Amino acid sequence: MTDLRRRSLIAALGAAPLAVPLLTHAQTIEVNSKFKQISSRERIRDRYFPDLVLTNQDGQKLKFYNDLVKDKLVIFNFFYAKCEGICSPISRNLAQLQRVLGNRVGKDIFIYSFTLKPKEDNPTALKHYAEMHKAKPGWLFLTGAPDDMELLRRKLGFVDPDPEVDKDLSNHIGVLKYGNEPLERWGGCPGMSSPEWIAEMLSWVDWPKDSAHMKANGGGL
Amino acid sequence: MAYISKRNRQKEKDRQIAANNRRELIAAGFKRRDLLKMGLLTSAGMLIPQKGLSAHPITSAGLAFDDPVSPPTTPFAQNMPRLQVLQPVAALNPAPTIAPNTAAGEGRTVSHQAFAQFPPQRFYEISQQQALVTMAANNELPAQTIWGFNGITPGPMIVERYGVLGSPGNGSVLVRQRNNLPSNNGGFGLPSVTTHLHNGHTPLESDGFPCFFFAQGQFYDYHYPNVLAGINSTHPGTGDIKEAMASLWYHDHRIDHTAENTYKGLAGTYILFNEFDTGNENTGFRLPSFGDGQNPLTSFDIYMVFNDKVFDEQTGLLAFDLFNTDGILGDKFLVNGKINPVLHVSPRRYRFRWLNTGPSRFYQMFVLGPNNTTKSFWQISTDGNLLQKPVQVTSSRFAVAERVDVIVDFTGQAGKTFYLENRLEQQDGRGPTGNVLGAGQGTKILQIVVDGPVVADNSIDPATIPANQAVYFYGFPNTNDAPRITRTFRFERGNGQWQVNGQLVGDCNNIRFAIKRNSVEKWIFQNNSGGWQHPIHMHFEEFQTLSINGNPPATTGIIQKGRKDVFRLEHNMETQVYFRFRDFVGKFPLHCHNVVHEDHAMMVLGMIDDVGDNKTQP
Repeated sequence: MTDLRRRSLIAALGAAPLAVPLLTHAQTIEVNSKFKQISSRERIRDRYFPDLVLTNQDGQKLKFYNDLVKDKLVIFNFFYAKCEGICSPISRNLAQLQRVLGNRVGKDIFIYSFTLKPKEDNPTALKHYAEMHKAKPGWLFLTGAPDDMELLRRKLGFVDPDPEVDKDLSNHIGVLKYGNEPLERWGGCPGMSSPEWIAEMLSWVDWPKDSAHMKANGGGL
Repeated sequence: MAYISKRNRQKEKDRQIAANNRRELIAAGFKRRDLLKMGLLTSAGMLIPQKGLSAHPITSAGLAFDDPVSPPTTPFAQNMPRLQVLQPVAALNPAPTIAPNTAAGEGRTVSHQAFAQFPPQRFYEISQQQALVTMAANNELPAQTIWGFNGITPGPMIVERYGVLGSPGNGSVLVRQRNNLPSNNGGFGLPSVTTHLHNGHTPLESDGFPCFFFAQGQFYDYHYPNVLAGINSTHPGTGDIKEAMASLWYHDHRIDHTAENTYKGLAGTYILFNEFDTGNENTGFRLPSFGDGQNPLTSFDIYMVFNDKVFDEQTGLLAFDLFNTDGILGDKFLVNGKINPVLHVSPRRYRFRWLNTGPSRFYQMFVLGPNNTTKSFWQISTDGNLLQKPVQVTSSRFAVAERVDVIVDFTGQAGKTFYLENRLEQQDGRGPTGNVLGAGQGTKILQIVVDGPVVADNSIDPATIPANQAVYFYGFPNTNDAPRITRTFRFERGNGQWQVNGQLVGDCNNIRFAIKRNSVEKWIFQNNSGGWQHPIHMHFEEFQTLSINGNPPATTGIIQKGRKDVFRLEHNMETQVYFRFRDFVGKFPLHCHNVVHEDHAMMVLGMIDDVGDNKTQP
């Protein structure tokens, strides 16, 4: 789907220059017309947030951008249910983080744990894992078509540049990525950072304390 | 114009082929050993850049199809700007205070420790703000939104002098930084800042500690005494002239957000002169004159700030890879804020001050002459600190944040054209491959045309310094005093996260070790990886390298011996470095200056106090 969209964009880009006559240095303003005026928020969405259909631990189908990311403060990590390495400590850490963040989780802050093994981790397995870690509403465990999950992993940068390291799931990327989609503020940190420190990092990308959003959502972190 | 679409289509095709090939290799279960055997993988872990195996730029091993490729721009069609020199202001309102002026909106939290001893003699005020600038020639790219010191990038150059020996404090200045950044960041950047003077011998509350950030609407007074190390300890009242620094820079150091903020423009330069390195080629060391920094007929000392960037192929606007944790490479090369500019020079000697602000690329810079000849030049500093004497070299290697001062002699070259050429091969953010490309095969970054008028040259010709004269500049401080402690810092990666000595780092509440003020320490840096390289930066003090993999540091070729503040920790390298921590106290970071690694917690925090600790592996 994203490939299709990308191809059509490239086709559009390929076609556009034909309409522009050969330009000289004097015609500098016209040169810029080959560029499109697209908001940075839209470019970020196009580049990183394909609107794939994912399934959560309750079997609900959700669109990645429109249902999960748009207008929200989000935290991403990758895991798999039968992981014996770093997944469980990070999930325990996220459970603590959920407690630290309080009742905004599920309102305007969401935690998303994406599976690295979509073939094994069906909604039932995810549900079991979520209950094991006492996940409360607002912390979603997500699976999807294997190709979609792989695309998502790469889009969100949970990739090691060494292919040998990358395919070794026991050494998978243990970082968290976090950000505020409408404010276009993004960051990352080790998954085992202390929950208090993660909450402080999230406060940097949070809505301003005096904003209407905060008044509606019960104050800052 | 059809060229653009064809180029993009070809790129896309190359990427798809590369991705497919890699997927097949991986799917077929080839191990690293097999790939090595097949000659497809280097020992450094890189896939050999054969057609169809990798398409530039690569950020991940498989599906690299999503990397933007900048729109085409015409190289060498605009002049390289000389950096503006910042002028002092008569007074600051409100007047600076020793304690943080919280009521007036100052974001500082620690009192100035040396304000009374070195009262500021001059005041500067800088507004960190958004601006629109052009980077490409002929408006081939749209106006770019940057965040700049006073709205320009690089920021204005601060040119100051050390106090004259015997009367310290004359060079003391105070710089008020105001955070006037907007909330709407245009896609990347955090409008919360802390400004590091890299690498001033500065009281640490004025160093730009990553956790001492201040908010929009606030200001922060940075007190830079511009004194030599040792002034309150080993060389009371004067400081050690052998610790003199020359080429510094200042940049945003906001914890976890330094890469995007510096990429967006928050970096500027800072020069210190003294009675030897005078800025006047008729006095002292007789290095090429600085003049006013602007007039091409009198200013022969030129700061060059290099960085590489990517522009969105659809919008033409500066793009930052938000989810990259390996390191970001650009495909457009800027000098002093312009893509591939031209510098016009006269047939004489010049001092160039080279600085790489990243975010992640390493350079090995050559001066390329006509017919792919390589012109030698004189390296006179490492990280802006003068060597014992000029050393003739054919190239200088520098990673992010490293500075190299050089003298290039264009005498007798009238009418010729030269290029600064980076020949160090690098394919992703992990670091260079180690390959050095042939003459003319690298990336031409700056064109230098020798078409200026003939002007007098009274600067020292380094070739006339007798070969048996060991020291022309200051000489190096001794490294004979016994260290109080030897500490080891092992830099590693596990689960895609950086670790130092096996522990996760980068939390502002975690100060990992304490150095005793006015003590000597020996540190060992280790990198056991064959795939990653890290420019390791220590704030506040310059070090000297004692050994690299058991060998003495090189004094010729790629020069390793000198006073430095960034150690280029290359593949499978271990080094021993020697520090003296003097005069001031406070908190500091030790970190990787690949700013993408830095932002992903490759940073250890420590402090200098009057007690110190005995942690040998902090």
